[in-house]
Amino acid sequence: MQIIYTDVLVIGGGLAGTRAAIGAKRRGQDVIILSLVPAKRSHSAAAQGGMQASLGNCLGGAGDNEDIHFADTVRGSDWGADQEVVRMFAHTAPKAIRELAAWGVPWNRVVRGEHEITEDGRKKIIAEADAAHGLITSRNFGGTRKWRACYVSDGTGHAMLYTMSNQAIAANIPVHERMEALALIHDGERCCGAIVRNLITGELLAYVAKATCIATGGFGRIYRVSTNAIINEGMGAAIALETGIANLGNMEAIQFHPTGIFPAGILVTEGCRGDGGLLLDGDGHRFMPDYEPEKKELASRDVVSRRMAEHIAAGHGAQSRFGEHLWLDIRLLGRDHINNKLREVKEICQYFLGVDPVADLIPVRPAQHYSMGGVRTDHRGQSPQLKGLFAAGEAACWDMHGFNRLGGNSVAETVVAGMIVGDTMADFCDTADGALSVSTALVEEFGRREQQRLGSIATAGGVENTFELIKLMQETMTANVGIFRTGDRLQEAVSILQELQRRSRNISLRSNAPGANPELVAAYRLQGMLKLAQCVAYGALQRTESRGAHYRADHPRRNDREWMRRTLATWPGAEADLPSLDYEPLNIMSMEIPPGWRGYGAKDYIDHPDTALRQQQIDNAMAGMATADRHARQEALMPFKHLLPEHLRQSNERLRDEP
Amino acid sequence: MSEIPVKQVARTLHIQILRHNPQDPDSEPHLQTFELEEADTMTLFIALNEIREQRDPSLQFDFVCRAGICGSCGIIINGRPGLACRTLTKDLPDHITLAPLPAFELIGDLSVNTGAWMRGMSEQLETWVHSQGLEQVNLDAVEQPMEPELAEQIYELERCIECGCCVAACGTAQMREDFVGAVGLNQITRFRLDPRDERSDAQFYQLVGDESGVFGCMTLLGCEDMCPKDLPLAAQIAFLRRRMAIAGH
Repeated sequence: MQIIYTDVLVIGGGLAGTRAAIGAKRRGQDVIILSLVPAKRSHSAAAQGGMQASLGNCLGGAGDNEDIHFADTVRGSDWGADQEVVRMFAHTAPKAIRELAAWGVPWNRVVRGEHEITEDGRKKIIAEADAAHGLITSRNFGGTRKWRACYVSDGTGHAMLYTMSNQAIAANIPVHERMEALALIHDGERCCGAIVRNLITGELLAYVAKATCIATGGFGRIYRVSTNAIINEGMGAAIALETGIANLGNMEAIQFHPTGIFPAGILVTEGCRGDGGLLLDGDGHRFMPDYEPEKKELASRDVVSRRMAEHIAAGHGAQSRFGEHLWLDIRLLGRDHINNKLREVKEICQYFLGVDPVADLIPVRPAQHYSMGGVRTDHRGQSPQLKGLFAAGEAACWDMHGFNRLGGNSVAETVVAGMIVGDTMADFCDTADGALSVSTALVEEFGRREQQRLGSIATAGGVENTFELIKLMQETMTANVGIFRTGDRLQEAVSILQELQRRSRNISLRSNAPGANPELVAAYRLQGMLKLAQCVAYGALQRTESRGAHYRADHPRRNDREWMRRTLATWPGAEADLPSLDYEPLNIMSMEIPPGWRGYGAKDYIDHPDTALRQQQIDNAMAGMATADRHARQEALMPFKHLLPEHLRQSNERLRDEP
Repeated sequence: MSEIPVKQVARTLHIQILRHNPQDPDSEPHLQTFELEEADTMTLFIALNEIREQRDPSLQFDFVCRAGICGSCGIIINGRPGLACRTLTKDLPDHITLAPLPAFELIGDLSVNTGAWMRGMSEQLETWVHSQGLEQVNLDAVEQPMEPELAEQIYELERCIECGCCVAACGTAQMREDFVGAVGLNQITRFRLDPRDERSDAQFYQLVGDESGVFGCMTLLGCEDMCPKDLPLAAQIAFLRRRMAIAGH
């Protein structure tokens, strides 16, 4: 077996992985990126509407800063996020976007003077300042108090990914395309790289690295209806789980996006609603204000999706031969706006639905969209359990999203986490910690193990059909582990998944084609996906509360008293059919914002006794700091800058800096 | 209220696919026909997956986003390059012939290695912003302003998804392996337009001022006709040719 040595191995060629690779390379490390597909085709390219960063250039963003971005994100997470991480993120996001601006992303810019906008179903004239002309502009998104989503029309992820990938090419970073990591090589304490399969030839090879970074995105394809690309099967999280050592955080926290087109599930951006689009029911009635008078269509995604599902269940959906759905109405935005700012949406409607959103309504229904959970890391992106293993982006549970991610915070996270983790890996490689002594015998043993595993799938001679089992898994997850969850339905899902896991060991391959063999690929990925699905279903079954996107109809209240804790899943062994779950407490006494009402959604929750104590502490501390600036007040409550790489600690300047 | 358009009577589709697996020494290129019943709103993405799952699990093809934005699924559909994921079978006749894009290395069946080609093109043309001190940008300071209209013009050219349809549709690319194609020339016009890129026309001339570049184009316009993103490729190439002719003197 061929062995390739490098300092840093990044698994995943999307935004997070590529930015981490560039960071490590700049620090003098040898870096290789592995990618399932040509890197520019990664799912990052599908991000449409925007990247959250509190620049505050345009009128709707005026007065924005890290504090507001932080608070929006914490509320969005339903207090499930690690608040120090959210601070690190909100502080670094403006730097990330300014770096991308320098690298070539054609961000849409503020145009001085008067503009007509659409807000709450009405037209309105606003005027942008002369001083802001030409600076990066932003649009409104759900769950935010400011217009903070910076954008490139509705091809934001595409523009970001192309710029990022091109910078990686400029930095001479090799991307080994059509390569799939099958297993992490480790000795029980230290990760030393990965066994990798060439998806053209089917050959196995080993990459030995001081630092290995999982940046493989989400795992939406365990669901039948998902906005995710078909490569989003979560294999990075799965191979981390299969070490039996690294753990996955909050896997039950799954986001459903309100506007997947129906029935294909392809995403149309939240920017449609941010720019003034409305949701209508089967009678053409705008129903969101009935449920959410504060934020209406622009409550957080978990809340809007839940209200949509509730409204359909109450019999108000529009009927079609594929089932029930609701309507997204962007007609009121007008032809010019749609042609300029929502052109991908327009193309998607035209090609997949045969409708023109300038004149027609768009059929939508919530679809699985994002995995808040993933490989659990510390503040700097390293697995606390397995040294030398790092994770960034959607594949990670760095935990800035808690139980619900805000729109526009995902692409922002990818770049910010990439900046931080790239540096962290370089630090690691430069110190004694990073020194690697790995025996080729260990590498060969992992290689043999994978060879045997593939061989046993190929020759199992069983009776099961891989594609049928995949469909059953996906149906089960969509039907039983969706927006509304109950103990019964979750228990049923857990049992079905256990059964599917048994059946997946008794597969019969119909094809033995030389090369990658797509049927074999599907068969071995299925085993990993079933483990991830089980972490989601079993974690959801155990969490007897409702928080963010995890909604238990039989436990409808957020329960801070018992559930201020993060689920950690490990896989006990190859033969196991359930993860073992552990819980990590979230300490209210060190939070900058103790739990409360989010400003939208349910007002009813069970308090933790620490919440009042912490609030009292905060009030007392702030009473003595009335004249201090916001940075000093923040520092007094929850210092975080020491957690950042030194070069990212400086304050962000803004057009309208406060005195 | 608008309705999702649906078909009333199911057709039987005859999908003929050019098969070949270069990893298999016994494989010979051949055409294989699959028959399947058309479903409502069926795309070639759905049809090809159905064939793989129910008829022939060895069938190779590439999809990633299945939403027309990643550029993975360019194939030849009844003689014309296009994105399979967003091609509705209802817009095609009963007999459909599918083949891999020419001009790229064949991986198997409908899968070709556009990734390696595009990386090579990017390296050759240096498709990134060339600017002194990119590593020293002050990330704490307010960003450099840019004219809003210029940013939109740059994005117009940046919408390219590197699907390879323009290369497959190009007469020159079939004859010259080193031709950078409309995809490459478009990227040069994109970076030339970008004030953040400090390269001069003389430097761009070094990259595309010959027959592997802008002077290789025969103006057959296949690139623009076949571009799934409707990029104004012909106008960009004509414009670039004029600038490069001047720069070359």
